[in-house]
Amino acid sequence: MSKSNFTRRGLMKTGAATGAGLAMPTIFTGAVWSAAHSGFTNAPQGDTVTFGFNVPQTGAYADEGLDELRAFELAVEHLNGQGDGGMLQTFSEKNLDGTGLLGKRVTFVSGDTQTNSDAARASARSMIEKDGAIMISGGSSSGVAIAVQGLCQDAGVIFMAGLTHSNDTTGKDRRANGFRHFFNTEMSGRALAPILEANYGKDRKAYHLTADYTWGWSQEKSMRTYTEALGWETVNTVLTPVGAGDFSSYITPVAQSGADVLVLNHYGGDMVNSLTQAVQFGLRSLQANGKDFTIVVPLYSELMARGAGANIKGIFGSQNWDWKIENVLGDRYTGTNAFVQSFGTKYGFPPSQAAQTCYAQAILYADAVTRAGSFNPCAVAEALEGFEFNGLGNGPTLYRAEDHQCFKDVVVVKGKENPENEFDLVEIVDITPRDTATYPVDHPDFQGGSLGTCNPGA
Amino acid sequence: MLGLTRKDTILFLIVIAMVICAPVLLNPFPSNSALAQFNAGYPDLMQRFLIFGIFAIGFNILFGLTGYLSFGHAAFLGAGSYAGVWMFKLLSMNVLPAILVSILVAGVFSVLIGFVSLRRSGIYFSILTLAFAQMSYALAYSVLTPITNGETGLQLSLNDPRILDGVAAADGSLPVANFFGVEMRDSLDVALGGWSFTFNAGYYLCAVFMILAFYIAIRIFRSPFGMMLRAVKSNQQRMSYTGLNPRPYTLAAFVISGMFAGLAGGLMVAMDPLAGAERMQWTRSGEVVLMTILGGMGTLIGPVLGAGLIKYLENILSKINDNVLHQWFSFMPDGLENVIVTLIHPFVGKGWHLTLGLMFMAVVIFLPGGLVQGGQKIAALLRRKKADPNTVKQPAE
Repeated sequence: MSKSNFTRRGLMKTGAATGAGLAMPTIFTGAVWSAAHSGFTNAPQGDTVTFGFNVPQTGAYADEGLDELRAFELAVEHLNGQGDGGMLQTFSEKNLDGTGLLGKRVTFVSGDTQTNSDAARASARSMIEKDGAIMISGGSSSGVAIAVQGLCQDAGVIFMAGLTHSNDTTGKDRRANGFRHFFNTEMSGRALAPILEANYGKDRKAYHLTADYTWGWSQEKSMRTYTEALGWETVNTVLTPVGAGDFSSYITPVAQSGADVLVLNHYGGDMVNSLTQAVQFGLRSLQANGKDFTIVVPLYSELMARGAGANIKGIFGSQNWDWKIENVLGDRYTGTNAFVQSFGTKYGFPPSQAAQTCYAQAILYADAVTRAGSFNPCAVAEALEGFEFNGLGNGPTLYRAEDHQCFKDVVVVKGKENPENEFDLVEIVDITPRDTATYPVDHPDFQGGSLGTCNPGA
Repeated sequence: MLGLTRKDTILFLIVIAMVICAPVLLNPFPSNSALAQFNAGYPDLMQRFLIFGIFAIGFNILFGLTGYLSFGHAAFLGAGSYAGVWMFKLLSMNVLPAILVSILVAGVFSVLIGFVSLRRSGIYFSILTLAFAQMSYALAYSVLTPITNGETGLQLSLNDPRILDGVAAADGSLPVANFFGVEMRDSLDVALGGWSFTFNAGYYLCAVFMILAFYIAIRIFRSPFGMMLRAVKSNQQRMSYTGLNPRPYTLAAFVISGMFAGLAGGLMVAMDPLAGAERMQWTRSGEVVLMTILGGMGTLIGPVLGAGLIKYLENILSKINDNVLHQWFSFMPDGLENVIVTLIHPFVGKGWHLTLGLMFMAVVIFLPGGLVQGGQKIAALLRRKKADPNTVKQPAE
């Protein structure tokens, strides 16, 4: 049986407590909190500003991710005035003087994307919501980059894309808060086509193995467009799951398909595995249609070359940057040696292109903040749009305002026949100048999306 | 109250109170202190607590009551997620239709899988469900790419029709999931001294569904239907001999728990409108089994506790990297600091699974009833000090 005892004292106590409880939130919306709100998400408080570095530390692209993280750590050191300053010395803008950003020391948090969109978004959300990150950078897979870019747009922070090569990142899925320094599959196609023609001729039959996600689809499309324009025939295209590990069942049919070129639209650990298996199956010593069978890897990297070892000798591909580029091609690529020097001093080996693009993105963001005089994502975005710079290792570069894509020279490389040391695995074959690599904003492969407007969040 | 016994009412009220106050309870440390690392009171993680709580509550209705161990529940989570995103794409950004359709789709899907799988019991049932779930995962990952967008994950886009919402915003930004105008990402931040608390709209929507789910679970546990399910678990043969056909009961339990998983999937996309195929992978199915066993299978509150613990470890422990460890132990002499950091290193950061594994082993060996049994043991110890042991009542469940 319930028993209710309403006493005057009890009633007053309850009333007072309830009143105080209801009034509580209004007390705390006082001065302290209103200062915290400066019209955009995660406005930095106190004397530090936090960057969020979201990279794959596990999964098929983990090697690239860990190298990206090293580059980010280096960039943060340089922004805070530690170390030798790296590319800050050669960068065409001189706003960054090693005193942090707008008087605040730069700190960072890192997360693991697991090369998986779901996990990447969870990790990015926790960096934004828990750690108060003002910008998110990184991502070694276009699927992840696109997913996180969408999240950053919604949350109102800047996304500085790391290694993402799909056209969609700055095409169909571009966002006003997202920026990409890395090149894309369209540029790879433009760069590779003349080299493939010169070396393999116009009469070839190609077989594509393609990673089954946005980047693979985009890479395959660009390669098909440009090789078919040369007169090549595409025999077959097969989609393979990302992180499959074993590609033998996909490679076995290639020899009987009548093709004489295998295009591996794979990256990271996948490419290392598929290339190694293709070589083990004897594809490269094969004769087909009266020609030597050959393999093409459209997107190359030093890390992959290291993983694939001798198998990569003589295979053509394209790169965003290479650590030897300033030594080989001279002053146009200034910044390269400064960066290689400080990266090498800290970690004991030269940086990969993933590291370079991430380092550059962190520096470009920091510079845009100082030029804008604010951390407000909309001010930063405005400072980055149409920004022309030099001295970050890629030669003169433009951040195009219409799609937030960087335009710069593309490097065509091939696996070196006689490497001098374990880091000298890639040989620079040719440079595709920026003008040739630049495509019009209304290119059909980049349609179906729009930047929208910049979102400052809160 | 609401047809519950006094004891259940108290438990129910405690759960409601905890869920409402979670944004405060989970942020016990001031935001700029070193211990802020352990705060869990940010929307993303709190939403996950509730969503996986719902998932585990549903799983427990099947596993805890009938003893049928399904290794394929992630398939329903994924099906619910995809259905939810498609509702966002086709119908409206309002979360209500998305969540309702998620539940329905997962329900239909579980009728199909359950009808086939429940023809067997024991290990064969587990393997059948596992096979179905992996099949769904493979389909979502590659074959059904037009519906699921494969590895990239199903996302919103500007040219989706969204019949009810009409034309997209003029500024070309993607619309936001909302509940009749209340955006899921809306938050009220309250700073109180060094502390800051975030009250998030999406979290409280999840809270409403979680409390509802919990109430339904209590009612099922205490109903004659629940009793039948327990009969299936204790002795199915005897049940058949008394003239009862267990299959309709098990199928009903399977579908109910599948719908709970669908609800969880729908809520996941309501909070963050993206659905990836990984949601269907067997690791996710295994996770919910872990949650249930860790918390205490067959108990009401156990699965929720287990879900909370696993998600907490996943999000908090995995963020502690070597830098953080060095900061913590920087007061020690260099040599000792390095030794301690090296010792702890395998258990945090990427190695959080190791900690989880050890914890799981400890629970299974020493507390077969899960965290709930641990709580009961502690409560019994405390009570014994106060009162005569003869008056100690047998705890429910």
